[in-house]
Amino acid sequence: MAIGRSDMDITPGGSSGGAVASLHGAGPGRRADQLFHSVALIAGLLVLAILGLIAASTTHEAWPAFRSQGLSFVTSSTWIPAEGKFGALAFIYGTVLSSLLALLLAVPVSLGIALYANEAAPSRIRRPIIAVLDLLAAIPSVVYGLWGVIVLAPFLGPHVYSPINDAVGSWPVVGWFLNGSSGRSFMTAGIILAIMITPIVTSLSREVIATVPRAQREAAYAMGATRWEMIRLAVLPWGRGGIVGAIMLGLGRAMGETIAVALVIGSQAGQVTTHLFEAGDSMAAVIVNQFGEASGTHRAALVGLGVVLFVVTIIVNVSARSIVARFDRQAQGI
Amino acid sequence: MNELFVTTESGDLLLSDTTKRSRRIRNRLASIWMAGSVLVAVVPLALVIGYVLIKGVGQLTPDWFTKDLPAVTRRAGGGMGPAIVGTLLITAVAAGMAVPLGVLGAIYLHEYGGRGRLGRLIRFMADVMTGVPSIVMGLFVYTVWTIAHGLSAFGGALALACLMLPIIIRTTEEMLRLVPDELRQASYALGNRKWRTILTVVLPAAFGGITSGVMLAIARAAGETAPLVFTIGAARNLNLSIFNGPTTALSVQIFGNAQTPFEAAQARAWGAALTLVAIVFILTILARIVAARVARRHNA
Repeated sequence: MAIGRSDMDITPGGSSGGAVASLHGAGPGRRADQLFHSVALIAGLLVLAILGLIAASTTHEAWPAFRSQGLSFVTSSTWIPAEGKFGALAFIYGTVLSSLLALLLAVPVSLGIALYANEAAPSRIRRPIIAVLDLLAAIPSVVYGLWGVIVLAPFLGPHVYSPINDAVGSWPVVGWFLNGSSGRSFMTAGIILAIMITPIVTSLSREVIATVPRAQREAAYAMGATRWEMIRLAVLPWGRGGIVGAIMLGLGRAMGETIAVALVIGSQAGQVTTHLFEAGDSMAAVIVNQFGEASGTHRAALVGLGVVLFVVTIIVNVSARSIVARFDRQAQGI
Repeated sequence: MNELFVTTESGDLLLSDTTKRSRRIRNRLASIWMAGSVLVAVVPLALVIGYVLIKGVGQLTPDWFTKDLPAVTRRAGGGMGPAIVGTLLITAVAAGMAVPLGVLGAIYLHEYGGRGRLGRLIRFMADVMTGVPSIVMGLFVYTVWTIAHGLSAFGGALALACLMLPIIIRTTEEMLRLVPDELRQASYALGNRKWRTILTVVLPAAFGGITSGVMLAIARAAGETAPLVFTIGAARNLNLSIFNGPTTALSVQIFGNAQTPFEAAQARAWGAALTLVAIVFILTILARIVAARVARRHNA
């Protein structure tokens, strides 16, 4: 779009009057033009229609559960399908906890890779790094789950969590968190999620870092900054908004991830605990694990969990995209 | 260590004695963190791929690709044929729906209303839609399709198509942006109408890039599990019908078998994982090759 004449009316996205009026005017083929325009418009509107339909149809399907449970659907942690009690708080807690753990592990690594690839690595190392991230992103989540449940969890439980629990489990503060010895746990879910969101957080951060003006870097170096000081003074302050957006998109991804979490979180319904090495459950995991044998209000409640998940991820994504969009405008403006 | 970093102005400064020791140490620590992060990412990738290869390769006999699933999952035997066919069939039907609609949506965004308020809203919402969890798509299709029409390959394909649509829209729009305006203007100058220009000039020019983006979207969809669990069911036998009766897929088989404690079932899960990863990687690599060829042509 960097072409000088691009403000002519023929350009895509421009107003359709003016210079091309003759092409839109009467004559054979005008119908075809209008028809094609309409078809394309309908395809575009489909995005809005699907999002609206998701909200409407799932809410409708979940309504019996929402009505019978009221607010306790999100404030109670008692989930006993046989007694008709559906309080999803423990699952919401598990979703948030495992996702935050994932961020805690993935953000330093992702930022490190992004900074290394863009600021420090020689170009012949840069390409293999990107290939590694592409491969990480390409592996299906169910394969991570399979590896997590058969290889990782049985290893972490006795060989990592147990020793840590024995060493510091009884300490104040630290012991509240580093407690328990279950291989399938919040922590294992966090680790698997961290592996899965690292590629997206890294690639979005790299895009942000790449927009830092060369002059800023040169200025920092000219002041005698080391590479790290240059990154801290020129790169990170500039990219802060965009990096926050990238992290939030990673959070959204982690919260919605289902299969890998369902396999490694342990599926301990109703457990709200700060102990990271104990089994818990997440919203998405409960849906996929219980849906098969659920019926009636139970099934409605599971769809209700999906509604909550949808609303939360939409909020996270809209905020993240807004932050990124604002960053883009700022980056282009200067 | 030094060959892992480009030498810059700072590299020379580091060597100078005037740089304070604490600053040098801090710089060195930051370098270790950055290069170490790459290592941290490589380890799980190597482990996962290694395990899938070693544990999965023994399963891949001729029977694996042709035979039906065994009636008793805890015993060895049988094959994965129905799941392989199911994955390919469901993904193909999903692509058949999502690719034309996604490309048309991108055409609207870039060639028609992209800068207006509606265009911006659609673009923003397409970005947001890429963040909708796949399990929510599964529940959505369950409520609007499966309840009324029963389990079938088509339900799974609908869910995957919903996941692919926003990805295809956004990648295609990026590719349309790369098509020089001179091409459009030349077409208009020859008297072509806009729809002809788009179909015969703009789309062919962007074909390579669009193909690459589409294949990446297909690769992601092929590995999805959550949207299929509620919508396609769990068949043991080959079901080539798109609309009638339950079917199965590789991802669903991995999920089901991974949850069992039986060795034969777990072995089957590894075999299915290897098959699925191979399919996804082949698509990804094809997409890269196409993208690289496009990039070369652009540079030439």
